[in-house]
Amino acid sequence: MAPAPTATHSVVTLTVNGEKHTLPVDHRTTLLDVLRERLDLTGTKKGCDQGQCGACTVLVDGRRAVSCLQLAVAAEGREITTIEGVAEGDRLHPVQQAFLDLDGFQCGYCTPGQICSALAVLDEHAAGWPSAATDDVRPEAGVPPLTPEEIRERMSGNLCRCGAYVSIVRAVERAAAADRDASAADAPGGGDDIPADASKEAVA
Amino acid sequence: MTTATRGTAAPGAVGTGHTRIEGRDKVTGAARYAGEIPFGDLAHGWLVLSTVARGRVVAVETGPVLGMPGVLAVLHHGNAPRVETQYVGSLGPPDPVVGLFQHDRVPYAGWPVALVVAETSEQAREAAEALQVRYETEPHDVGFHPEHAAAYTPESVMGQPNEAVKGDLEAELAASAVVVDERYGTPEEHHNTMEPHAATARWDGGRLEVVDSNQGSRWVAEELAHLFSLDLASVRVRSEHVGGAFGCKGVRPHQVGAAMAATVLDRPVRVVLTRRQMFSVVGYRSPTTQRVRLGADPDGRLRALGHEAHGVTSKLFEFVEPSAGFGRSMYAADAHHSVTRLVPLDVPTPTWMRAPGEAPGSFALECALDELAEKCGVDPIALRERNEPAVGPVSGLPFGSRNLLACYREGARRFSWADRDPRPGTRRDGRWLVGTGMAASTFFVGAAPTTAAVTAEPDGTFTVRITAADVGTGARTALTQIAADALEVTPDRVRVRIADSDFGQAWLAGGSMGTRSWGWAVLLAARELRERLALGGAVPEEGLTARSDTSDVLAALAQKERHSYGAQFAEVAVDVTTGEVRVRRMLGIFAAGRIVNPLTARSQLVGGMTWGLSMALHEEAVRDAASGAHVGADLAGYHFAAHADVPRIEADWVEDTDDEDPVGIKGIGEIGIVGAAAAIANAVWHATGVRHRTLPIRPDRVLDAAGAPGTPGAGAAADGGPDRA
Repeated sequence: MAPAPTATHSVVTLTVNGEKHTLPVDHRTTLLDVLRERLDLTGTKKGCDQGQCGACTVLVDGRRAVSCLQLAVAAEGREITTIEGVAEGDRLHPVQQAFLDLDGFQCGYCTPGQICSALAVLDEHAAGWPSAATDDVRPEAGVPPLTPEEIRERMSGNLCRCGAYVSIVRAVERAAAADRDASAADAPGGGDDIPADASKEAVA
Repeated sequence: MTTATRGTAAPGAVGTGHTRIEGRDKVTGAARYAGEIPFGDLAHGWLVLSTVARGRVVAVETGPVLGMPGVLAVLHHGNAPRVETQYVGSLGPPDPVVGLFQHDRVPYAGWPVALVVAETSEQAREAAEALQVRYETEPHDVGFHPEHAAAYTPESVMGQPNEAVKGDLEAELAASAVVVDERYGTPEEHHNTMEPHAATARWDGGRLEVVDSNQGSRWVAEELAHLFSLDLASVRVRSEHVGGAFGCKGVRPHQVGAAMAATVLDRPVRVVLTRRQMFSVVGYRSPTTQRVRLGADPDGRLRALGHEAHGVTSKLFEFVEPSAGFGRSMYAADAHHSVTRLVPLDVPTPTWMRAPGEAPGSFALECALDELAEKCGVDPIALRERNEPAVGPVSGLPFGSRNLLACYREGARRFSWADRDPRPGTRRDGRWLVGTGMAASTFFVGAAPTTAAVTAEPDGTFTVRITAADVGTGARTALTQIAADALEVTPDRVRVRIADSDFGQAWLAGGSMGTRSWGWAVLLAARELRERLALGGAVPEEGLTARSDTSDVLAALAQKERHSYGAQFAEVAVDVTTGEVRVRRMLGIFAAGRIVNPLTARSQLVGGMTWGLSMALHEEAVRDAASGAHVGADLAGYHFAAHADVPRIEADWVEDTDDEDPVGIKGIGEIGIVGAAAAIANAVWHATGVRHRTLPIRPDRVLDAAGAPGTPGAGAAADGGPDRA
């Protein structure tokens, strides 16, 4: 590694999952490559490296962003959350648990991006943000119901080639329900896409 | 050697939903894929692909690039280590693209011409982009059409006859009261696994070690041993987590380039393909045109079934997408004729892609049957039931279990098919025309020789070692369940280690044969171990290991028509103003043997159906005739189904088993896609009265067809062909 700073490198301090990392980075290096190649945080995936697949989705200051389109030097001072920072110790986040229980993945490569995106979707929805699937976008209409159509629309930046979408939508629905009301989480028929026996089928 | 003598009927892990063994690692980001395993002193390789479609390389100007920061080497045809490409591997000769940098010829756009290796991936990438390669170009031909002068008929497909003939097709057609004679077209399609191909190679104590993303580590090890003229014992390939495969993750230029560079530099080298590179070096599904001729009596009983398909191969190498074979085992007819012909072009060689042959072939034939049903005035399910064969229609061989009729019945019941008004173009929901359609699916059932070892550990746990691959199928979990039942223990006492070529010969994740082949071997070894443990005595410190090899038991199986089956149903809505087709729901009912893990099996079947939806409406790689290269070789230019495209899709199954397989497995990797696109196309006809015979059913095609004279109304059509018309 060249000594830093130089014409081609800068020393940056990145805050990732609450931990500060100070390191020299090549100016060309994306946030994605710093996470994967320098900080050994390989949970964030590289699917296309051009902002088209969503596999590299992380949270930057709480908002979802594709880390392949962000230069590492531009991420200084931001709070970055990767998939490694989502669980609380051994306790999975409800979104992670729902993905696991409902088999919201197959090969698993898009999964960290789907989960990070889902976390942001739940926040965006709770904040009343409309989407292209929202029927009534007037501010006074309030928070739109988080229907399967809403989830599909809001999650569409995250491709899954295995075709796990049906289970992913169910997982996001279940996590949203858990968010709203913990007691509703296990209620059968919580959404039109959740067969009553779906969760019973899985032996954790 | 134990033999399979009985089914495992005892209640146990098999048949019960089980979350993925590695699931927690996958939802927390802990699972490491091939490009994510750390290596000390790692160098990064970046491929450079040809920008011309035909010609030769006259100069690779390495000088300026070698002076760039961090650049360690530039490999090309003038300096690369020699590899041996004249061999026949376990699945045939290699695609010539793995003969990396062995000559100056450029056979197609996107052919690898150099590998730049540098200390960091940024340095390698910049140097690769800066590398000047000079070419002498020649005229190229990338235009696919069935009347191409170079079209020819291959002898065989994977050792099976390419052409099947029974009876006199022309005579039966002439004697038929009702004839359907139509052409169908499917485009070039790409696997586009979410994880790009990645391999790290290094030499360790005289052994070539490769950490890879593949669907068969033993297979890739064998290929690398051939290529680098090594003993198989001198190659080790591992591939623990694989971010999708679908047929494209065998030996490819990334492993060969990494091994070459590791040899030259004597340090670990990683080569990761870019998304764009994947479009030209890992294979794809050939475009097809298919002519289907059906002749029937007025009641729909088939007299003649003709299916002539054309596909593409490269001028370098023969690969057959065997689309015409779909009907051979499906429908009784007095005369059958099916053959697939090839047009060699200056394009990359196609390869296996989820349900090779069956996916495009089922689209054509299952649509043609819907057209026949319409002409005969017979319900599409009744038509298929009427043509259900008693024995293999062409082979005359007996069937293994064939529970297709049960799929129709259960599917029709759950989809409320009986309430369907067969008339097309009559249901409106606002600006949408709504329709439903169905199609049948089938996929062959097979198993290939595989070895496994099961060890009883002193602590009371068990370790299974097998060179299986879990490419997202859930194989690791299914094998854990199978081993647990055979050992009569709970799954938490079984540790399944896979994807290490050192574990021995095994079939790969392909042909829907993975779990069946591996499960068979695991079961035999586990049973033998249980018998030995039953003799009593303490487990020694190094454990007690039983091994199996299924070669003999598989060789002893009688010839039979072994298949899984399914019935696919779809409801679509077609926007009459924009031409957009939306799938509203899909239902697939399958008879696919014993289902080991309902949770992951449902995911796999739904995933296959999602591929069918994607094939029907979205996927299409377009080649520019002038440059010979793709237009938009990325995930924006090549759209496959995203969340918003995919509605409620349900998959379920009827009681079915395979009496020969000791677990009863048939295989479920591919059948989900088979027939799914046809069910959607048939639903589009039911909605609009227009037959769409060319995939994908794009909005412009829907609008063009709707604007044609005589439409909307039955009989109009958007005819088959690979062109952009």
